[in-house]
Amino acid sequence: MNALAVLLILSCLLILGSSRPRVAIQVVAVQGIFLGLLPILRSWEHLTAGIWIVGISGLVFKGILLPWLMQNVLQRTGIQKETAPYVSFGTSLLLGIVLLALSAWIAVNLQLPADASPVLTAMAMFLVLVGLFLMMSRRKAIMQTLAYLVMENGVYALGVSISLEFPYLVELGILLDIFVGVFLMGNLLFHLDRELQHTDVDKMTELSDLQTISSEPGRDA
Amino acid sequence: MELMLLGCLLQILGGLIALAVRDNNKASLTANLSVWLGCALAAIPVISVLSGNSINPVRLEWSLTGSQLVFGLDTLSAFFCLPFLVISPLAAMYGRSYLGNPERRLGSHWLFFNLLVASMLLLLTAQNVIMFIIVWEVMAVSSFFLVMHDHEQEKVRKAGWTYLIATHIGTIALLVFFAILGSETHSLDFGGIIANRKMIVHTGALFVLAIFGFGVKAGFFPLHVWLPEAHPAAPSHVSALMSGVMIKTGIYGILRTITLIGYTDAYLGWALVIIGIISGVTGVVFALAQHDLKRLLAYHSVENIGIITIGIGVGVLGIAWKLPALVFLGFGGGLLHVLNHALFKSLLFLGAGAVSHGTGTLDIELLGGLLKKMRWTAWTFLIGAAAIAGLPPFNGFISEFYIYFAGISGVRAFTPGPIILAAFVMVSLALIGGLAVACFSKAFGIVFLGEARTTKAANVHEADLQMLTPMVILAGLCVLIGLAAPLTVYLVKAPLGTLAGSDGFDFTGIMHHTRTVFGYVALIFGILYIISLVFYLIKKLLPRANQVSTTGTWDCGYAAPTARMQYTASSFAQPLTELFRSLLRTRKTSSRIKGYFPANTEFHTETPDVAKEGIFAPIFRLINNRISPLRQMQHGNLSGYLLYIAITLIVLLIWKAGF
Amino acid sequence: MHLISWLFPLSALLLAPLLSGIINRVKAYFAGRKGPSILQLYYDLFKLMHKSSVYSRSTSLVIRLAPAVILTCLVLACLILPWGGFPAPVSFAGDFILLIYLLGLARFATVLAALDTGSAFEGMGASREVQFSAVAEPSLLLGFLVLIMHTGSLGLAGIASGITIVDWQIAAPLLVLVAFAWFFIMLAENSRMPVDDPNTHLELTMIHEVMVLDYSSADFALIQYGAALKLWIFGGLLVNLIIPVKFDVVWLQAVTFLGGMFLISLLIGITESITARLKLLNVPKVLVSAGAFSLIALIIKLVESYQ
Repeated sequence: MNALAVLLILSCLLILGSSRPRVAIQVVAVQGIFLGLLPILRSWEHLTAGIWIVGISGLVFKGILLPWLMQNVLQRTGIQKETAPYVSFGTSLLLGIVLLALSAWIAVNLQLPADASPVLTAMAMFLVLVGLFLMMSRRKAIMQTLAYLVMENGVYALGVSISLEFPYLVELGILLDIFVGVFLMGNLLFHLDRELQHTDVDKMTELSDLQTISSEPGRDA
Repeated sequence: MELMLLGCLLQILGGLIALAVRDNNKASLTANLSVWLGCALAAIPVISVLSGNSINPVRLEWSLTGSQLVFGLDTLSAFFCLPFLVISPLAAMYGRSYLGNPERRLGSHWLFFNLLVASMLLLLTAQNVIMFIIVWEVMAVSSFFLVMHDHEQEKVRKAGWTYLIATHIGTIALLVFFAILGSETHSLDFGGIIANRKMIVHTGALFVLAIFGFGVKAGFFPLHVWLPEAHPAAPSHVSALMSGVMIKTGIYGILRTITLIGYTDAYLGWALVIIGIISGVTGVVFALAQHDLKRLLAYHSVENIGIITIGIGVGVLGIAWKLPALVFLGFGGGLLHVLNHALFKSLLFLGAGAVSHGTGTLDIELLGGLLKKMRWTAWTFLIGAAAIAGLPPFNGFISEFYIYFAGISGVRAFTPGPIILAAFVMVSLALIGGLAVACFSKAFGIVFLGEARTTKAANVHEADLQMLTPMVILAGLCVLIGLAAPLTVYLVKAPLGTLAGSDGFDFTGIMHHTRTVFGYVALIFGILYIISLVFYLIKKLLPRANQVSTTGTWDCGYAAPTARMQYTASSFAQPLTELFRSLLRTRKTSSRIKGYFPANTEFHTETPDVAKEGIFAPIFRLINNRISPLRQMQHGNLSGYLLYIAITLIVLLIWKAGF
Repeated sequence: MHLISWLFPLSALLLAPLLSGIINRVKAYFAGRKGPSILQLYYDLFKLMHKSSVYSRSTSLVIRLAPAVILTCLVLACLILPWGGFPAPVSFAGDFILLIYLLGLARFATVLAALDTGSAFEGMGASREVQFSAVAEPSLLLGFLVLIMHTGSLGLAGIASGITIVDWQIAAPLLVLVAFAWFFIMLAENSRMPVDDPNTHLELTMIHEVMVLDYSSADFALIQYGAALKLWIFGGLLVNLIIPVKFDVVWLQAVTFLGGMFLISLLIGITESITARLKLLNVPKVLVSAGAFSLIALIIKLVESYQ
């Protein structure tokens, strides 16, 4: 169990430290597979069909389908590298450790049900926080979609670690969320691409009229 | 106790005579003799107190405050007296030769020097708030005049004013601190305050004020801004005295506050640990980026004050968590580091003084190869450098080991607090240690090793005997404390009685344990000296040991290497300064290279203090802008000024009569 | 202090040069070469001892004294290093701190001797050395902190004998994290790939080798021997962690420990054969990550204690 948690934490650090979206997507895929295994391993002694469904669907969606979709988007946009993130990769790693300490503190101080695992909860909180942090600190829209996914993974893991009794309720909602999220983000990505020949999110300010007037013409030509 | 006061009196008297004497040599001699004699007299009660006797305080009736003036010596003061009594005479001795016999009169310099020494000793014995503040001010002002020794230089004047302003901002905080403390306990005597400590209400506010007020003197980041200005500006023996011992009065003040208020909550401990870590890491990181040897050393004072504060914080946490091991090792490490830092930092400042005396510059980049002509200075400086970097087999390792050991001892309590503390302490100490090694490899390696980079460095001369003797004594003490490590437990045991005596801890177990551990450490140190020597000598016994030839340094086949091609201090530190660039904000200026065979180009880096530029400069600018309209009041018209006085008088009279 | 406990440091002094022989053999095997003899370093040392010395004109006593100091530090560190269940001749609470600081003193001496020559290349190597070690030391200590928490023992002897098969069953993820961190720190501290290439011939890219360019004869022998001992020490720390079988029979313990050392040198050889060098700028990042590994282990350990 803890081994899975450690691997998931490490995968997050890898995303924080990597500059290539392609690698990050692969890591998220691996993360999804681990997350799919998580509920199955967690209740190995009394497995029910529900848990099997949750696990397998998680594995398929998070580990295979969504990464594949994103890989597709990546190929079409042709982004190689996240060049200049708002927070550098080294600093991101250090902040990642701080976030881990923070989520450990939160997990320990939360009023958890008796059968909840604090290590898993800490890991889940960490995933959520890393997702949030990535969303704030990266420029490329593809990385932001990825960050959203990491955050969703965290919510999923939180559900698994706290209540194994009603996981599919949590899970159903989450799957929907993901769908909507990816749909929106993908849409956004293509629109952005068409408007600006660019997927940097700070270029989005140029969609505002005010900005366009004040900025020099042909800056993005 | 009377001996101590007599000693201080003697020092002040000696200073006054030095002022009156016309001849510089005689003035220096008088001042020196009085400092030595005064310290020798003061040493008697100090040693007596540390060996377990108690001494009756001297009480003088004082009508001004309506209370008694009390001078006393408890174990805490006595411990802090130790470095003062060792460093002051040595600094005086060094200063006599360092200053030489210039055109101008040295009498005033020696007066302020003696006043500084006497006021520091009086500060440690003062047990009355009013006296404490008066002596604190005397200390600040006399050290200000000492910093201003070379006042014809613009840089020195600026440094002096920075120091004066900084120290007075601290004093304001202390005045408020003592005012609140006095009014809440209805007493101005330390004894009275302790007796009435239950009446204190604003404990938190008091500690914030104390940490701020004393922190300015001690040099906590970001209150340290005066240190890197004042230390390079002052003559070297004064820097040694100020950096080695004077800044410790800030630490003394914080410890005294703890004994006065008796408040040892975990929050205070954590605050001190965090302050210590921040000061320690930023101090050493800024030191890495400096080119001026004394400025570099000044930043290392910030670092070492940080280490001391970590130790004290651990001790306070130990009291809060009721873990005697943490109390003993934390306070013990902090206190021992006070002594150790006094020794090696003074040694390093004196060494830097010898370098500047011999070459006329302190810019590291212009020096090099000094070891060949300044053997004694170089080797003593090396011992100081290894000691300050916390390397075995010297004293710096011992005090840092105390604090490490405190950290890991807490782990056994198996509660989260001490474990988190251990992680903080170990990581920060290891980081500080690693960076300090980097910084002193740079300082020693670039200044003393390799080839001379300029003619200034090539034409160097060794310091004279009077300057070398203090350095050799200090280096000897650094070695000795390393080898006598097991005995240090008795040394730090004494002040613990004052610090944590009332909490009913039993230290015998941990003392015994620590002594055993340090027994092994000292054993290893002893073996280290012996085996190193054996290995060195074995080389002489090898079959072809006598056949030694010399050649140039390997230059990868380059035909004409010059001394200027050696690695510079800035390049040496660059990978690390680059790692911390977001903190350092180094300014780089370079000229663009033109053409295929560029002849002259330059590159210059400067690392201004981030706290000064980022925090204090904007605040002072703001204040200046806000109050500049008031300048109109300074019109220079005499009758106008008389009007102000009259208005003030009348307002006061009305206020007094009306309410 | 048993007499038998002196046997281990003594055999460390004798066997340390073997490690580099094994590593070089493994690398040769991967490259499809036959490779030098496993005893090559012994031959080298012997030969160097019989050569006359050459010193640079720029140098002083520092470079003449440094090899002796460096070797002494490493020999003393061997005295502190335990072998599995057997405590070292000198073992006390907190001895690992002394061990790390002895290595620090050795490094200080190496760096100063490098600067003593006044060579720009050696300055460059020295600068890199102090940078990497400043980042590596906290990471190493964090690993120790995890092990102290796990075993409840403050000394190396207790830590080494406290990690048993049971611990690997219940806390494998944490121990693996620390072991990974230490393995990388070992590679960095001993100037191995992917941090430094011991076989490179370009001064500009070297770290450790460039600092010892100006040594000759016996001095160079001491330096080479010291480097072998340093690898032995780091390997020993790692063996005590990853080989959980501990005996109190001397020969059994000796065999397991030496087997462990053999395994470590195989691992190093394989790593060196299949990895490329990291960009120098990336090394601190990876070292910080090694620290992060230990920190993750520490945090999980803390959170677990609430269960």
